[in-house]
Amino acid sequence: MDKQVILDAQQFDLTLTRLCHELIEQHSDFSNTVLIGLQPRGIHVVKRLRDKLNEILSAAPVCGSLDITFYRDDFRRREKPIIPSVTNIDFSIENKQVILVDDVLFTGRTIRSGLDALLTFGRPTKVQLLVLIDRRFNRDLPIQADYIGKSVDTLFHEKVKVSWLEGDGEDKVELYMKDSNE
Amino acid sequence: MNNLSVSHLTGIRDLTTEDIEMIFKTADSFKDVINRPIKKVPSLRDITIANLFFENSTRTRLSFELAAKRLSADVVNFTAANSSVKKGETLIDTVNNILSMKVDMVVIRHASPGAAGFLTKHIPAKVINAGDGTHEHPTQALLDAYSIREKLGTVKGKKVAIIGDILHSRVALSNIYCLQKLGAEVMVCGPSTLIPKYIESLGVKVSHNLHEALMWCDVANMLRIQLERQDIQYFPSLRDYALQFGLNQELLDSLGKDIVVMHPGPINRGVEITSDVADGDQSIILNQVENGVAIRMAVIYLLASQIER
Repeated sequence: MDKQVILDAQQFDLTLTRLCHELIEQHSDFSNTVLIGLQPRGIHVVKRLRDKLNEILSAAPVCGSLDITFYRDDFRRREKPIIPSVTNIDFSIENKQVILVDDVLFTGRTIRSGLDALLTFGRPTKVQLLVLIDRRFNRDLPIQADYIGKSVDTLFHEKVKVSWLEGDGEDKVELYMKDSNE
Repeated sequence: MNNLSVSHLTGIRDLTTEDIEMIFKTADSFKDVINRPIKKVPSLRDITIANLFFENSTRTRLSFELAAKRLSADVVNFTAANSSVKKGETLIDTVNNILSMKVDMVVIRHASPGAAGFLTKHIPAKVINAGDGTHEHPTQALLDAYSIREKLGTVKGKKVAIIGDILHSRVALSNIYCLQKLGAEVMVCGPSTLIPKYIESLGVKVSHNLHEALMWCDVANMLRIQLERQDIQYFPSLRDYALQFGLNQELLDSLGKDIVVMHPGPINRGVEITSDVADGDQSIILNQVENGVAIRMAVIYLLASQIER
């Protein structure tokens, strides 16, 4: 039952704001940059970043969502639902800078699948990775994020849960033991 | 609701409404995939599928082959015309020989009703029925219902008339099961010689008047006269049939409402449907073909996900 709050609502907001400014530093007005959130939880991060960037720049960046179900390497090795979510990329990523966005970077396998899925839509000039939480030292693959909300050191069997105001009731990030059942 | 309730697809009769809805939802995603610049996903890289066609087919075989390839599965094709079946090999022997080459899934079309169901009891691979005689053709019914859902938003509450050779049609039987499970009303229409006795016991309406059926329905699914399965004369002549049960533009215009026109193919132009109707605005015949690939990808994907390694 041990739960540890990694980010509370205020820190959560500050972190997202900082990430926005880091993005602006590299991509200025987003004229050639798009944000793509990985389904299912990365889209919440994108939505927040989009709203904040819209406030700061008075113009929202182009955003999309990407489902990676069919590109996973653990198909038939897991018992969870295999029903895919929606992919919504109604713009060309050809010669664009793409920022892939997810909530938690853990083993890196989701991002690996995400890159495969993304490249079926065209050839971006550059792909970067933004994550809210980076569980460093838990990687299975050589994948690192370019923009990190917060890095945490976790054990493999621990779980990081990101809650969102919309849907979960409040913004926070918690760390808890996986088998403690909430 | 993690996967289908069945381990093979031999008929719509065995499926639950949830199964059908899961297939549709998965097909939605695949329809998105096949409209991308790169129309292929790597999900089934380690799966080999054998297409066993003991009966002629263009659309269904191509559609299954394309579906498998877009999922990155390996495909072997078999057609009875140039095989050892002609030398007297039995169905099980043929299939077992193919399976010993490490095939995970078998798509079978056969002239004998129950051929696919028979295979499920005798071979360790997944089986998909691509038409067994006059029994069922489940993927066709799924893609028909999916096309109605796409065109009209929902299948529930819609009125669908299946018109033509009901007696020899596996498409009709699978369609009746599928549409009813999704909450549609079904009417069959055709000459009384081509309507099976006791078909009312399936809960469908029966009509022998094309105009009446068209006035009643939201969707008309025109079936082909299956001359190859007709051992005796069921109606005076094709011309007579076309006059009584053929759908033409004039008739369509006289209804005073827009109905959706479908046809599972192959079309006999000028018999059950005229060219202007088949190629007209109300026809979704080519959408059906496109949706066929997405539906078959969904069925293969969902069944393959049950294979343990």
